[in-house]
Amino acid sequence: MSDGSITLFVLFAGTYLLKAAGPVLLGGRTLAPSIARLADLVPAGLLAALVAVSTFGAGESLTVDARAAGVVAAGVALWRRAPFVVVVLLAIAVTAGVRVFA
Amino acid sequence: MLALIPFGLVFGVTASEAGLTLLQSIGYSLLVFTGSAQFAAVEVLGDGGTVAAAVLSGLLLNLRSLAFGVVMAPAMVGSRLRRAAESQLMIDESVAVATAQTDLRWRHYGYLAGGLAVFAMWNVTTIVGFSVVSSAGDVVEDWGLDVAGPAAFLALLWPRLARRDQQATALVGAAIALTLVPITPAGVPIIAGALGVVAGRVPRERVRGSTR
Repeated sequence: MSDGSITLFVLFAGTYLLKAAGPVLLGGRTLAPSIARLADLVPAGLLAALVAVSTFGAGESLTVDARAAGVVAAGVALWRRAPFVVVVLLAIAVTAGVRVFA
Repeated sequence: MLALIPFGLVFGVTASEAGLTLLQSIGYSLLVFTGSAQFAAVEVLGDGGTVAAAVLSGLLLNLRSLAFGVVMAPAMVGSRLRRAAESQLMIDESVAVATAQTDLRWRHYGYLAGGLAVFAMWNVTTIVGFSVVSSAGDVVEDWGLDVAGPAAFLALLWPRLARRDQQATALVGAAIALTLVPITPAGVPIIAGALGVVAGRVPRERVRGSTR
């Protein structure tokens, strides 16, 4: 089985357990505030890491290329409260544009 | 709900770029069915990360499903089997629709309706996104489509930057990740980004002198 498939099934199992734990086991009880706060905060760190690495990563080194321009454009669009589709299309257009003209 | 269409498309595009097959991509959207966790795992795999790194980054991102489940638990009625089956729909959108209702029964209906609508849309758009890129061949870079992933991650991150502790977590998480890129295997920097919470928690924990 390929890495893609193994990841798929293990991630499915783990994700499903997280989703079903509350409804199946907990009933009406509540989660400890410290765990709830951690669950709320962890995604910010992970997503920021994903943005940074997928923008500047190039194998085992870091580089600033046309992707950075696209992500900056996406940030401006988000700041201007643009819908998701505009954010992504603008990022693609800017990155493609930089590659054509640079 | 329509806002999710491009999200599914971008996931299809990202999965295709990461070298997954169409069947695998659909599998992620059917079984994992949590946008951000799917994105993260596929991104880590695409970078050449290990299975363990891909799974861990997806699961850490999905810790909030646990919190969602706890919030929804009182409204999830019926047999244990039924509650277990319906738990698959535990995502941001279904919980958002549900918590907009005050009555427990309507909360349950809202959860199911919201969840099923997203489920259908998410899987169809995954297939379309994957197919478009596959048929386009090697033009991914020329089109700038490789920036779709980073832009989508930024869009997912954006609503989580409202508070000071979230901003601190994000900044430190990104810094840790970038620092680790040259020295650790692919995928590890992403997981290490979760350590950004240390920065987010410091202001409240300092009183007790705790390190995390």
